[in-house]
Amino acid sequence: MTDIERKARFERVALPQLDAAFNLARWLTGNDRDAEDVVQEAYLRAFRYFDGYRGGDGRSWMLSIVRRTAFTWLERNRRPGTVPFEEFDASEMPAADGGSAPPDDPEQSAIRSADRRRLGELIAALPAQFRDVLVLRELEDMPYRDIATVCGIPVGTVMSRLARARAMLRQAWIRPQRKGLSHGL
Amino acid sequence: MDCRQAAARADAFVDGELDPAERAAMAAHLLGCAACRGQVEERRELAAALSAGATYHRAPEGLAERIGAALDAAPAFAPGRAQRWRPAALAASLALVAALSSFATLRLAVPDPGDALLDDMVAGHVRALMADHLTDVASSDQHTVKPWFNGKLNLSPPVKDLTTSGFPLVGGRLDYVAGRPAAALVYRHRQHVINLFVAPDDARAAATPAASARQGYNVLHWSDGGLGYWAVSDLGAADLAQFQSLMRETR
Ligand SMILES: [Zn+2]
Repeated sequence: MTDIERKARFERVALPQLDAAFNLARWLTGNDRDAEDVVQEAYLRAFRYFDGYRGGDGRSWMLSIVRRTAFTWLERNRRPGTVPFEEFDASEMPAADGGSAPPDDPEQSAIRSADRRRLGELIAALPAQFRDVLVLRELEDMPYRDIATVCGIPVGTVMSRLARARAMLRQAWIRPQRKGLSHGL
Repeated sequence: MDCRQAAARADAFVDGELDPAERAAMAAHLLGCAACRGQVEERRELAAALSAGATYHRAPEGLAERIGAALDAAPAFAPGRAQRWRPAALAASLALVAALSSFATLRLAVPDPGDALLDDMVAGHVRALMADHLTDVASSDQHTVKPWFNGKLNLSPPVKDLTTSGFPLVGGRLDYVAGRPAAALVYRHRQHVINLFVAPDDARAAATPAASARQGYNVLHWSDGGLGYWAVSDLGAADLAQFQSLMRETR
């Protein structure tokens, strides 16, 4: 295979994943410029290891490299005070202290009336190891099996992380909403 | 199925990830249980809000072109022993990254470019060990290793035979440091591996300290003839310094 053929083959596999790659990197790094750096570096790495790619789902393959590159970036740019995953406690999210809203009363449904911008802030506040799973599921619509491949974790771990991420979002969302209701704000 | 089991399956149910038997059992439970129906409904609402309200960040204009140009600038690279894409190996290296990350939080220094360069090299060293991909060209013969880099890099790393001094050559590989290709020469001393990275001696390279330690690895840096050298190893500082002086002295 000539270099030109190799590059063309790589681009056929990798370039259709560019939006997914950027979206994941953007949610993990939190800004456009760093997301672009991460994606560029990931594509160079992927090109380097392209001979090891034996077909299969190009999206999972590419996203696994983007994810690893993004985590290396996060590692390098971790600021003092950033909470590492192991020590993260859901109570540090602006979370609800009470139980969930009565689900069968549509007027009380906090989620329905929630503010979209706040939703983005809450996702950004999730630890990266929950954010990647959530973004891959909710925005990329990936099956658990593919998420497991991208993140290098068992399917059972995908399920539990996803459930925890969503529980944190529901809790964080419901508290201010209920406060608003009870204090007439 | 009871409520506890239903609660544990609520996310997978909404995601369509239950197998047919469990899906049927779940549906039967939901028919008779308003509380669990509420749990499922809440998840559906969150999913709907996320797909409608969370931004999907599409790649910016021109990124595909910029990547294409970067690929053109990348060296031709076709390793003899291609590294397979192995999820199991990835999982192993991820576990290591996780272990290293809790360690790294102890470091409070603000990262600078030299820091990033060192991080990349230590990461490259660890990755090579973890992925069992130390060398693209495995040979103890300097006359085999040196020409292997021809045409793959814009620099020609000097490859020295230090076998008689106790540092046999294992081989070489192409690695990436700070987004650019670099040569990695692999030596061994007793059971320890030394990765010697060779890259152009630019401003970023000059920003790295002569001696440093991170994540349990020692790193020694020096410049010679327009090239920057970084020796990374779990070897003790004195042994690594001996390797450094041998590299610098041997012609
Ligand atoms: Zn129930």
